[in-house]
Amino acid sequence: MTTVAERPAASAAPEPPPAPGQPKPEPVRRTGLVLAAILGIWVLGWLFLQGSATLPLGRATLTDFQAKLNDLRDAFDAARDGNFFLEYVVGGISDGLEAFVVGAQDLLSQAAFPRPVPEIGWLGVVAIGAWIAYALAGLRSTILVGASLVSFGVLGYWSESIDLLIVTFTAVLIAVAIGIPLGIAMARSRVVTAVVTPILDVMQTMPSFVYLLPLVLLFSIGPSAAVMATLIYALPPVVRITAHGLRTVAASTIEATTSMGSTKAQLLRKVQLPMAKRTIIVGVNQTMMAALSIATIAALIDGPGLGEPVIEALQTLDIGAAFVSGLAIVIMAIMLDRTTTAASQRAEAERRSARYDPRRRRIGLVGGSVLAAVCVYLSRSYLWAADPSNLPDLGRPLAEAAGAATDWFTDTFSGVTGAIKDGFTYGLLNPFQSLLADSPWWLVAAVLLAVAFVLGGWRPAASTAVCLAVILAVGLWQDSMVTLTMTLVATVLVMALAVVFGVWMGRSKGADTALRPLLDAGQTIPPFVYLVPALALFGTSRFTAIVAAIVYAGPAAIKLVADGIRGVSPTTVEAAESAGSSTLQVITKVQLPMARSALVLASNQGLLYVLSMVVIGGLVGGGALGYTVVSGFSQAQLFGKGLAAGIAIVALGIMLDRITQHTAARQGRR
Amino acid sequence: MRTGRSRVRGLAALIAAGSLVVSGCGGGDIEDSAAPEGGADCGDFDMAINPWVGYEASAHVVGYVAATELGCNVEYKSLKEEVAWQGFGSGEVDVVIENWGHEDLKQTYIEEQGTAQDAGPNGNMGVIGWYVPPWMAEEYPDITDWQNLNKYADLFVTSESGGKGQLLDGDPSFVTNDEALVANLGLNFTVVYAGSEPALIQAFRSAEENRTPLLGYFYDPQWFLSEVPLVKVDLPPYTDGCDADPAAVACDYPQYILDKIVATDFAESGSPAYDLVEAFEWTNEDQNIVARYIAEDGMDPEDAAQKWVEDNPDIVQGWLD
Repeated sequence: MTTVAERPAASAAPEPPPAPGQPKPEPVRRTGLVLAAILGIWVLGWLFLQGSATLPLGRATLTDFQAKLNDLRDAFDAARDGNFFLEYVVGGISDGLEAFVVGAQDLLSQAAFPRPVPEIGWLGVVAIGAWIAYALAGLRSTILVGASLVSFGVLGYWSESIDLLIVTFTAVLIAVAIGIPLGIAMARSRVVTAVVTPILDVMQTMPSFVYLLPLVLLFSIGPSAAVMATLIYALPPVVRITAHGLRTVAASTIEATTSMGSTKAQLLRKVQLPMAKRTIIVGVNQTMMAALSIATIAALIDGPGLGEPVIEALQTLDIGAAFVSGLAIVIMAIMLDRTTTAASQRAEAERRSARYDPRRRRIGLVGGSVLAAVCVYLSRSYLWAADPSNLPDLGRPLAEAAGAATDWFTDTFSGVTGAIKDGFTYGLLNPFQSLLADSPWWLVAAVLLAVAFVLGGWRPAASTAVCLAVILAVGLWQDSMVTLTMTLVATVLVMALAVVFGVWMGRSKGADTALRPLLDAGQTIPPFVYLVPALALFGTSRFTAIVAAIVYAGPAAIKLVADGIRGVSPTTVEAAESAGSSTLQVITKVQLPMARSALVLASNQGLLYVLSMVVIGGLVGGGALGYTVVSGFSQAQLFGKGLAAGIAIVALGIMLDRITQHTAARQGRR
Repeated sequence: MRTGRSRVRGLAALIAAGSLVVSGCGGGDIEDSAAPEGGADCGDFDMAINPWVGYEASAHVVGYVAATELGCNVEYKSLKEEVAWQGFGSGEVDVVIENWGHEDLKQTYIEEQGTAQDAGPNGNMGVIGWYVPPWMAEEYPDITDWQNLNKYADLFVTSESGGKGQLLDGDPSFVTNDEALVANLGLNFTVVYAGSEPALIQAFRSAEENRTPLLGYFYDPQWFLSEVPLVKVDLPPYTDGCDADPAAVACDYPQYILDKIVATDFAESGSPAYDLVEAFEWTNEDQNIVARYIAEDGMDPEDAAQKWVEDNPDIVQGWLD
């Protein structure tokens, strides 16, 4: 659900396959005309056939398929006792994971009975963290990590923060151990790629609410199920990006090596892995960010970490407390993101720097480790260095200030925002939703297929056909169309924001510096934190769900567009300027058209990010699939329906992804 | 299927100790905390915390008494209801202290699997129904009779309700018959799903503050009712079996006698904590006081429980005798 880095290669998508010998792309104008014709037919059909064959399903009604899923769950639940595989293999994994996490907690974050404090107190943990940052990344990261760790104590969430770090690192370690070999296998074999890619797609787009209950059945309540939930969502980025990194090692380099007689293993170890190292670390970074974004959801199955205070604050609508615990998550995300990025750049930077002196670094490392050992010793011997409640408390005043500021803001503006919501919903959202959800299903299906074909050719049309068939089969057609409406509308708004802010950031370094931390915060703060203020401003409505999606998806799209604009060659821009073009002309005639592929990538990512917020939207009035997923998680007899809704969301995600990917591939060839 | 918590704990301690040896730090001058007083026969007491404040209040009061009077090692686990019930069988959950109905879960875990059993009512009465903010009940006194709802339907139209009046349903954890109710009572309303308890509460809060109309599904006991005393709309009264066919429901929700559910293993373990759970009973007012400490005064649940226990020694003593 989350990415901080600029390059969210974590797409739920295969590499765009620009197969040779595809039909030649038609000229742009004809595509526009064809699309307009499709829209015309659609509106006509809607006018006459509105309300027929829309395939609605009552809230409490289950289709046979959904009831079967319930039976399946019951059978599984009943069979888990006395099953050898579950008891010894899965149970063993579960016990091992729990022991690891609980052991780390005793060491670092929780009172290690019979001690009243962990084995290593806060001072020791800060020192160790800072030392690791120094060893891996450099001095700036050391300061960042030290300050961030101290801030967890100052905000009043020390043990929760360290718990979250433990769960995150456990999941990321496993993800790396599985993901990098898998990525290597994918880079080497088309067959592996073809098999693994759809599995990764499902892992990334299936809402985690859907698999929390089955995971608890398998791995029991607590840390191990939380680690597994985190792993499912966080594994795909490192696999995809590793494969991508290895594939992009220049063919000439590989040829040169093999011509010198290297074996395949040598090639991998000596050439491909070192050359792809930076990309792989980007993958690890993305995996870490994804892992953090599951924190609040893992708290629902007693996963240790910062999710718990967020959920607790939500129960009493305590915006201040939710804000402070959310802030701790943002700080952690920024800390991990910047440190891994710095680590990936360090080696290179050192080689280039003339001042680099390996001896000085060695002295620093040894000195640092002595210092860290002293701090650990202190934190084991003196309560002030062990118990973080001895640190000044900034959390409470900050929570109060945040609560008061939010109250003032919502009180002052709720009239205006309510009017905006009404205008938007009546003017745009309701008519569009009616077009999608009140037209007969076969008409909408035909329209979607035609659009997929016109934009991307027969391949995305085939994917669309499969995905629509899945949606029909799970019995949630109308809900899916309502969700599709919200997803598309939110994506259009995300792209509008992305173009405005992306162009601004791409053209101005100052704007970039000022906005980037805000974007990072938008991407990493748990949505649960801003749901209550959003509700106060816009009421329980689909619009609120859309707003929540924009807060989350906007930053990723803005960053991508900004990157694209910055990538436009400065000489071209200068040439246009010297030819007397106005700023507006430069933007619309030169920069945006030349950044077209970045725009398409941004809309692809924007769509997927928006879709990942469908469930959150269901919590604030979005209804449809999101609500169904949540109710499936909340009520045993609706489990099958929730799972069906999860499958429908996956189908929508893959459909939208394939259409945009193939459109992008065509655009690229033009 | 668990191989026993103690083994996991032991392994964990081993890992922790091992890492310490590796890191080469002996230290350890901070004194070990004294073992808790009281009988050592209570041991671990795992209490599920379902995600609402009233539940938290009950759980922490019982937990506080178990820890201070019986010397139990109380562990609170934040879990959604279904997850908590699953935990009975694997020995990870001993008690669900406030259960709302959940006939389907009772069927599965009590009747079929036998991993859980009923430990009697906890004294709280659960009321589910349709509510309006107090300002509406004042302004339109007859609105609290369902037969007048159609008269006011226009007031409740929102951008979400497709031209009809909006009936805001909330937390997906609660059973709702509202779609059937609206149809069977011939109401010109449509059910809109808020999707979560915070969304419902915020909606009612805004409705009272800004004097905007709202009709929604709500329930008692709930801490928010002491902030804004919502007024219940009377539906056709509940009679036994009138909700037997969910599609044909045309009556109010039944009153729920909230009860305590315990793991069978826990009930048979002879733990004094089980006797406490079985004896535990208090009123909606009691729970509301503690819930208010937590939700409105921002107290830590454990502190709130302590305060109430100290203020009500007689009631607590009654549970222990």
